[in-house]
Amino acid sequence: MTQRTTDITVGLFMLAGLAALLFLALQVSGLSPKSAKSTYTIYADFNDTGGITPRGRVSMAGVTVGSIDSITLNKETFQARVAMSIHGDVDNIPADSAAVIRTSGLLGEQYIDISIGGEMDSLQPGDTFYSTQSAMNIERLISNFASGK
Amino acid sequence: MGLDSYITLKDVVFSRSERRVFNGVSVEIPRGKITAIMGPSGSGKTTLLRLVGGQLRPDSGSIVVDGQSIGELRRKELYKFREKMGMLFQSGALFTDLSVYENVAFPMRVHTKLPEDMINDIVLMKLEAVGLRGARNLMPSELSGGMNRRVALARSIALDPELIMYDEPFAGQDPIGMGVLVKLIRDLNSSMGLTSVLVSHDVQESLSICHYACIIADGKVIGAGSPAELQNHPSEQVQQFLNGHPDGPVPFHYPSSAAAEDFGLAGGVS
Amino acid sequence: MIDKIASFGRSGADLVISIGRAGRFLAGVLSGVPRPKTGFPLLMKQLYSVGVLSLAIIVVSGLFIGMVLGLQGYTILSDFGSEAAIGQMIALTLVRELGPVVTALLFAGRAGSALTAEIGLMKATEQLSSMEMMGVDPLRRVIAPRLWAGFIAMPILAIIFSMVGIWGGMLVGVEWLGVFEGSYWGNMQASVDFWDDVVNGIIKSVVFGFVCAWIAVYQGYDCVPTSAGISSATTKTVVYSSLAVLGLDFVLTAVMFGNF
Repeated sequence: MTQRTTDITVGLFMLAGLAALLFLALQVSGLSPKSAKSTYTIYADFNDTGGITPRGRVSMAGVTVGSIDSITLNKETFQARVAMSIHGDVDNIPADSAAVIRTSGLLGEQYIDISIGGEMDSLQPGDTFYSTQSAMNIERLISNFASGK
Repeated sequence: MGLDSYITLKDVVFSRSERRVFNGVSVEIPRGKITAIMGPSGSGKTTLLRLVGGQLRPDSGSIVVDGQSIGELRRKELYKFREKMGMLFQSGALFTDLSVYENVAFPMRVHTKLPEDMINDIVLMKLEAVGLRGARNLMPSELSGGMNRRVALARSIALDPELIMYDEPFAGQDPIGMGVLVKLIRDLNSSMGLTSVLVSHDVQESLSICHYACIIADGKVIGAGSPAELQNHPSEQVQQFLNGHPDGPVPFHYPSSAAAEDFGLAGGVS
Repeated sequence: MIDKIASFGRSGADLVISIGRAGRFLAGVLSGVPRPKTGFPLLMKQLYSVGVLSLAIIVVSGLFIGMVLGLQGYTILSDFGSEAAIGQMIALTLVRELGPVVTALLFAGRAGSALTAEIGLMKATEQLSSMEMMGVDPLRRVIAPRLWAGFIAMPILAIIFSMVGIWGGMLVGVEWLGVFEGSYWGNMQASVDFWDDVVNGIIKSVVFGFVCAWIAVYQGYDCVPTSAGISSATTKTVVYSSLAVLGLDFVLTAVMFGNF
């Protein structure tokens, strides 16, 4: 085998690897070129975050508009402070919108849903949601129901 | 012993995994002559070549080659220094993935920036010297053992070294192959003025071509001198080795307890 | 009893010594500037024998593993009525775990053992010694291109493995068992993250490639140059590489996906 054929086959091999990588990026992980676009961060304080995790979904009317960055405990209010990054082109979330933790399906993963408010002003980067609704806790729901409160 | 020695080993001590291979060996190898290092199997003859080549380092003692102490060279300097040496390994050690031609061209391609047509000339010249110019396109696996060794010889003289070391060149050769190698070693020495070191236990062939010989056994030099001097050496051990007596200072029997005990004859048999 | 403790201690010391030797060996291989003109063709040749020649076994195994995942995943997921999640399951399993790990295990068996045997045989036939005596450092001339080739080829093979596996899963899940193709890809794209899943999987295979190639060339270089020595070195290559890959996989998974 001459050096030239070796070079060609190895080149093809490398190209096959590159093509497979592109396949994994585009077709499997759905990475689209525009998803590398800018995001901005907003915050929300919850009494109970339930089962949401970093990397979780943030959606609006069922459409994913961002993801959860971090969940930390605010030591003064004993609330959980959630930082989420929202896609830059969704820049008109009304300032009185609420962040609600919901569950997809009965047993599915939990995510943050932004329920739209009516105000003309919109949330700016670094702002905090005015109102939030914590995770629905089935156990608490049942015990409340049973004790008749 | 002549004044001009190319290699000087002085009080070399070397052990390998707790076994003492050399226990104070001193040898002088004259420049431009063929020196044979002989000794029984396992006496460390090949080890001696590796010490000279700097592949192994002695525990103590000094090895000086062409005025340069091998032990003091740094790794890089050592690799540079080895360009002056050629070594013919017992198996030939040709690179199995390269053709005969490329094997001989290898040292030049690595160490020189010669143009391709010049390399071509030199390779053919070296192959001509060992009589294998016609085999240049064969792969090493297609050659006989003797031809392998001749190609390896061509390769080790490709850079015109000052010193060439032969490790058991005659082992496992048929009489014709042996004759060819004896002739080649002698011719190379006389035509190029190489210093040659020959390690072997083939007494007759070695003594027939060397100018000077030295016999190693039990980690020491037991005899040294010209072939004629060795033939008349007073030491019994030297005589036993040269003439191949089965019993002598080196006993026929491996050390053991008394035979009677092993055969169950000791006492109690009545 | 004392004998046992002593022999235990000795084998511990031997282990430390051999790791030290392997480390010094690695330093010897990697030190020194590569010379592009001589080095590149050598690297190409090794990439060919280590990478291209391993491609067939990687593609075939990837296809079958993807198909098996499709079958098993469908049976289990359909119990919950969520067979649409099959794409997500196959893709995450392959990209995060099976791609890098199975590729590394196959690589150790196919290419690693060949590297060890080749270098061991070169040692046994004194080719390495004769190279040294010609003033050429075999660590750089023989070992380094092989190490780099393993290091480069492994991630490429792992990526191809994952791709073929996902395609094989689709073959079974979509073409055969009738999962809707849109939900196969859609679920997959919703749950697989490029940076967290795909890139982490590639990082794993880079680590595995380095470790497997290192073990293979070291075992070859360090073997006892006899036929028994070479065969035991080859066995060691496969055993040590497999253990190292599985152990490292646990550590890397804990670091990458552990979330603690």
